[in-house]
This record gives sequence, structure tokens and C-alpha cells, in this order.
Amino acid sequence: MNLFADALAWLTDPANWTGPFGIPTLTLAHLTYTLLALVLACAVAAPAGWAIGHTGHGRSFAVALAGAARALPSLGLLAFLVLVLGVGLKEVATVVVLVLLAIPPILAGAYAGIDAIPRGTLDSARGVGMTGWQRLWRVEVPLGLPLLLGGVRGASLQVVSTVMIAAFIGLPNLGTYLIAGQRLGDYARMLAGAILVAALALVLDGVLAVAQRLAVPRGVRMATAAVPA
Amino acid sequence: MRWALDNLGLLGQLTIAHARLAIVPVAVALLLALPLGALAHRVPPLRGTLLGLAGLLYTIPSLALFVLLPPMLGIPYLSDLNVIIALTLYALALLVRTVTEALESVPPDAVASARAIGYNGTSIFLAVQLPLAGPVLLAGLRVATVSTVSMVTVGALIGVSSLGSLFTDGLQRRIVPEVLTGVVLTALLALLLDVLLQLAGRVLMPWLRAERAVATA
Repeated sequence: MNLFADALAWLTDPANWTGPFGIPTLTLAHLTYTLLALVLACAVAAPAGWAIGHTGHGRSFAVALAGAARALPSLGLLAFLVLVLGVGLKEVATVVVLVLLAIPPILAGAYAGIDAIPRGTLDSARGVGMTGWQRLWRVEVPLGLPLLLGGVRGASLQVVSTVMIAAFIGLPNLGTYLIAGQRLGDYARMLAGAILVAALALVLDGVLAVAQRLAVPRGVRMATAAVPA
Repeated sequence: MRWALDNLGLLGQLTIAHARLAIVPVAVALLLALPLGALAHRVPPLRGTLLGLAGLLYTIPSLALFVLLPPMLGIPYLSDLNVIIALTLYALALLVRTVTEALESVPPDAVASARAIGYNGTSIFLAVQLPLAGPVLLAGLRVATVSTVSMVTVGALIGVSSLGSLFTDGLQRRIVPEVLTGVVLTALLALLLDVLLQLAGRVLMPWLRAERAVATA
């Protein structure tokens, strides 16, 4: 437990809370990369997933993509891109890898959200005369939103942990404490970094879990609340 | 290609080390997940707690877990054991959910019938629930295996040798083919284990093929 006490002492030392390698700066950097990657991945994967869910085409492609993405090691992709693009473009390399990682779960969430809508609901939307676009925007997208956010949640876990790995190629973020601590033989610093990243991951997951709950449309919530009573 | 051919010995060693670091955790996790998943399935109040804990564990980044575990367990930081325990926990987090959902996919009628003709609790689990839960279980096991193979590479960052060492070494020495070889071999190892699991599923669950043949006929 001694090591944890040391890590706690390190975390509460005011000297570690200021400057370019202070905890606030590096937490912000970690969060910025995470959010940037998630937003870019959503911009690509959500419309693509909606298209798959709406038309019913391309599902096997999405499944194959997810399988392939799981097998590819992100550390390897990162190292490869940094070598190919040059160290000057390591920020670009990192964002590319993060977005590639985040796309499959968000894509799956987007089409699974539409797939999970009861057939009758979609038929009713068609029955009252909604066009394809109206069904997509007013029925499929809102009803599928919780599962889409579930995909974003899965993606955010992977992105937070991969941003940490990017500290290895010299990108300053919370992973930097781990890499620097390792080089200095300073286990308290490594442990403090690990605690900070774990905390960031848990907080982000919690926020997205709440968002996921809030995203359930009011009508659906009322209907499910009425059923089990 | 040249680089890979010149370093076949090293690649062989790393691939074997990598396979061990991936297979042991998944196997141990499966053995632990079966009773835990069965418990979560049988005792509904425990279901939320167990699956919640599993989700929480899965949220912690692997690199962070590699640093958090050693002082908690009193094991050396730079050791295969550290990576094996961390990856076992991850695989366990995935598989407890899988086992629970797999058992839930078993038709209750089948369980009731088995009980009616005199099966007891253990034999129902082994002879009825487990085989019928097989397909869902296999799907989850494949996901856990493939992602564990990929996660082993992160251990290279703390100095535990695997195909991931090709990434750290290749980056430091700026050898693109070395990094590329590592990516390809990691993906191939994942693919190989995935194919083996599918084959095992075919051998262990021959009735699935028969069912499919009937369905398409």
C-alpha cells in the first residue's frame, strides 16, 4: 500500500498541478484528443450506420469491418503511421488511428439502433404517409439514439486508452506520467498517471451512460414505465 | 519481406510468447466466467452487481491496469504474470456477460423438460444449458480472444515481450517493415485462433450444422 500512498502524495503535491506538464494541462490534452476523435468518428460513422439501418444494405460489410478492427493492434498502427508520415505529423497520425478505432463501434451502434425498432412502429410511420427522409429523421434516428450512444460509449473507452498509448510517441497527455515515470524509475508518478487515466475513463463513461439514459425519447420511456407495473 | 525473412528466429519466438500471453488469460477467464455467469443467471440480484463490476473493470485502460495491478497484488511490474493477470481480468469482464447472456438464450422449456425427466441441477447445467448456450458462448469467446491478442501488444510498452515489441523497437530504430510485420503477424495470430475456435465449435456442436442443413433444405 506504500506505493499508493506515494502516488497519493504525488497527486496532491501542488507542484504537479501547474505548468505545461501539470495535471490540468495534460488532462485537458487527453480529453481534447478523445473528444476530437469521437466527434470526427461520429461524423463519419453515424450517417453511414443510419444508411445501413435504413436501407438494410451493407450490414455484412460493417460486421467484417468491426472484426478486422478488433484484430488490428492500435499501438502497431500508431507506430506505422508515425514512421510513414514523419514525427512532425504525429498529432495527425494519432487522430487518424483514434478515428479508425472509434468508427466500428459507433457504426454498429447506429445501425443496431435502427434494427432494434419494432417492425410495427416503422410500418405505422409508413402508414401515416411519412416519406423515407421523414421516417429516418423523426422515427429511426431518435429511437435509435440510445444504442448509438452505447456505441459512442464503447468507442470512448478505446479512445481514452489509445490516447494514453500515444504518449509513447511523444504526445503529451496523461500517459506521459507513465512513460516519464518509467524512464525515471519513479513508480509513484506512473501509478498517479494510471489512476488519473482510469478516473478519466470512468468519468467519461459515466457521463455517456447518463446521456444514453436521457436520450431515450419521452414516449418510449412512458411506454416502458407503464408495461412492467 | 526482406526484414521478416532475415529475422525469422526472432519472429517465431515473439509469436510463441504472444500466443501464450493471449491464450492463457482467455482460458483462465473462461473457467472463472462459467461459474460466475451461472451465478449471475441463477441469482437475479447478483446479476446487476456482477455485470456492473465487469463493466467498471473493462472501462479501465489496459496500460493503466498494467501499472495499477502490481502494487495491489504484490507481483513484479515487469513480468509475464502482470500482463497475464490484467488480460485475464479483461477477458473475464467480457466473458461473465457472455456466459450470463448465453444462459439466458437457452429456451426455458428445455430446462423444464430436463428437470421433469429427472436431471438434477449440475447435470442440467452440463448436459442441457451449456450445450444450448454454446453458440452465444462461442461468439463471445471469439470476441474476447481476438481483442486479447490485440491487447497483448500494449504490454510491450512496459517491457513484456510479444509481437508488440516489434512496434516499440521498430519505432525507435525507424524500421517500417518491422512495425508492419508486427501488425500483420498480430492480425494473423488473431485470425488463426478465431478459425481454431470456429472449428472447435463445429466439432463440439455438430447439431448446428444439421439444423442449418434442415433450415436451408
